[in-house]
Amino acid sequence: MEEQDPKVRATNFGEVACGYALEDALREADRCLMCPDEPCIRGCPVEIDIPAFISKITEKSLRGAYDTITDTNLLPAICGRVCPQESQCEGACTVGDTLEPVAIGRLERFVGDTAIAEGWASVPYVEPSGLRAAVVGSGPAGVACAADLAKAGCDVTVYEAFHEPGGVLKYGIPDFRLPNDVIDAEIEKLRALGVKFECNTLVGRLFTVEELLTELDYQAVFIGTGAGAPSFMGIPGESLAGVMSANELLTRCNLMHARVFPHYDTPLQAGKQVAVIGAGNTAMDAMRVCLRLGAASVSCVYRRTRNEAPARAEELHHAEDEGIDFHWLTSPIEILGDAENNVRGIRCQRMELGEPDESGRRRPVPVPDSEFEIDVDMVVYAIGTSANPILGQTSSLELDKRGYIVADESLATSIAGVWAGGDIVTGAATVIEAMGAGRKAAGEIKAYLGLRDTDVVYVTEPAAGPGKRFGIDLREHNYARVTA
Amino acid sequence: MAAPFEIIRREDFSDVTYLLEISHPRMARAAKPGQFVIVMAQDRGERIPLTLADFDPERGTVTLVVQAVGKTTKEMQASCSLGTKLHALVGPMGKPSGIGDARKVVCVGGGLGVAPVYPQARAYKQSGAYVIGVIGFRSKELMFWEDKFRAVCDEFIVCTDDGSEGIKGLVTAGIEQALEHHPDIDEVVAIGPPIMMKFCAETTRPHGIRTVVSLNPVMVDGTGMCGGCRVKIGDRVRFACVDGPDFDAHEVDFDDLMARLRRFKASEAAALERWTESCRLPAGA
Repeated sequence: MEEQDPKVRATNFGEVACGYALEDALREADRCLMCPDEPCIRGCPVEIDIPAFISKITEKSLRGAYDTITDTNLLPAICGRVCPQESQCEGACTVGDTLEPVAIGRLERFVGDTAIAEGWASVPYVEPSGLRAAVVGSGPAGVACAADLAKAGCDVTVYEAFHEPGGVLKYGIPDFRLPNDVIDAEIEKLRALGVKFECNTLVGRLFTVEELLTELDYQAVFIGTGAGAPSFMGIPGESLAGVMSANELLTRCNLMHARVFPHYDTPLQAGKQVAVIGAGNTAMDAMRVCLRLGAASVSCVYRRTRNEAPARAEELHHAEDEGIDFHWLTSPIEILGDAENNVRGIRCQRMELGEPDESGRRRPVPVPDSEFEIDVDMVVYAIGTSANPILGQTSSLELDKRGYIVADESLATSIAGVWAGGDIVTGAATVIEAMGAGRKAAGEIKAYLGLRDTDVVYVTEPAAGPGKRFGIDLREHNYARVTA
Repeated sequence: MAAPFEIIRREDFSDVTYLLEISHPRMARAAKPGQFVIVMAQDRGERIPLTLADFDPERGTVTLVVQAVGKTTKEMQASCSLGTKLHALVGPMGKPSGIGDARKVVCVGGGLGVAPVYPQARAYKQSGAYVIGVIGFRSKELMFWEDKFRAVCDEFIVCTDDGSEGIKGLVTAGIEQALEHHPDIDEVVAIGPPIMMKFCAETTRPHGIRTVVSLNPVMVDGTGMCGGCRVKIGDRVRFACVDGPDFDAHEVDFDDLMARLRRFKASEAAALERWTESCRLPAGA
């Protein structure tokens, strides 16, 4: 796919990958072998019917492709851009065994972008069920859950603490990977489905999770508040001016438009020589943002090697092309300041890989007498996050010892009627995993509320198998709610 | 019923300090002393924290008292009037103040700090404690809420830097006066500029009296996800927006707080200059 030249794109916030034109999409779609065993579908966390949408593309039925994707995933323009396809659908692709895998992500993005440009929305007629559901958090988990519940006829309200919806999609992922107007367009489609978004609402403090089920009269609640509490290392110098978490950098830049200060009021004071600690997707985003804000040099400081770096392959490759320096096997020990309390450098030491730790990756071990300094005027921490504490402080939800919400395999929490998914349950993970959790929770909520999909075909008893009658699981005792 | 975030009353205490009463019935019911809100006056604005000065569930409103010091607060002073709608208002944020079982409390407000400490003084009074109020201003002209504050106190001490009213001195002089007359003070709550809170902490430290302050670092989200408001409390780092804003004054590293409050000085100066310039330009320029 055509990409902006690395030297040019490192100065602008336009998207790096330019997107397919129709001929590119047709050519790529033709490469799909339509394998009967469908490994790509198994590789997808939400099981999009990939061969089906690709075959619609080959038939030039882009609307058909869009309807196929949105049967399962309502946000193709987002997922096509941010999923780590190399470890999901494309990683499983048969063509990828010998050649480049079919570019499933790029095809999904192409279909999603076409839908936005054409103004298509999947808005089937949905019979209202009269049941109300609340979703806490308008990030990927919350919007995916809201979409499915809206399609099932629920009256859904999504609560968001920020002044704009989107969660980490908005504040965390920069415009050159996921433009904010793509997010707004996808959210508009959810509004068309009847989903209400109430921003400027801090659930837990304005009202509690428990009050959602009592005073506010919702029948079910899904919590997708994310794991946004940044981690620091606790080394000296972390409170110097010029040291910040990647979350702060990205929120100022992406959500608050600090890159065009003073036309927008939020300042940023980007550094000229930047060091980012960490090598995950957030670190890649932070580094590439700093480059675009005018840094003369940007370095990555990571305690393991490139092989262990958790970032998505394409982002790492783009970062390298854009001229970012990588200090692998390096760990910071002190941030150095000048007389005015500004960062002037970072003292690091070399590491080497020892035995594997609990995550299976080899543990980094300091190399003695290997200290050295890098001159920097800004240090950004992207070493991970932990659970946001607000709901834990304000509700009776059971938390694990690290502060994440405890949820069972059906994503139910310790409060009846409340489900939770995404980073607030699992710790920091990916957008698509959060969406998968949101969808799974929606399925569980529908079963709890007794909502059936309107196009269920009731199979006769023998074919349905034991434990079911007329297609209804015998464990469900609420036949009365099934409408004719 | 007023539209969301609509200003339904404005009062100017001086040419730098003004009060905004904003319609938000749900927040008025949920708010507790010590909590704050994040405000964006307009869509290009920055998010700033402001402590709740009052909240009235019957009127369905929350009240903020603002000092015009930088671009945002000066712009709000110029543009916020009756009927103006704020672009964003979210809260109540932060842990509510622990209005515990202190029987005798000194509530200290320094300058603008008088506003955020008022709800705490009132709550202590309502809980049956003996409340000694100490308020301090640079001069009599800058005073506000003297009567409102006095009404929730059993004893009331006014301090002015220039002696135009009450004791000539800083609020620390007022605290010392209270300490002289009352050997049984359980707690001191002090809110005001960081340097004032630092000196209040040093005044009470030799007496070993529990002292609580409300910290005011720069914030962006206010929900604990950016770490910009991190403060040093003892040997730990805390986020003022979710772990505070109240902290034990004797553990707070005020010098670190004050240094971090200066980190955007260059941008703040540039923004203020640009704003002042634009105010001087004739309309339509």
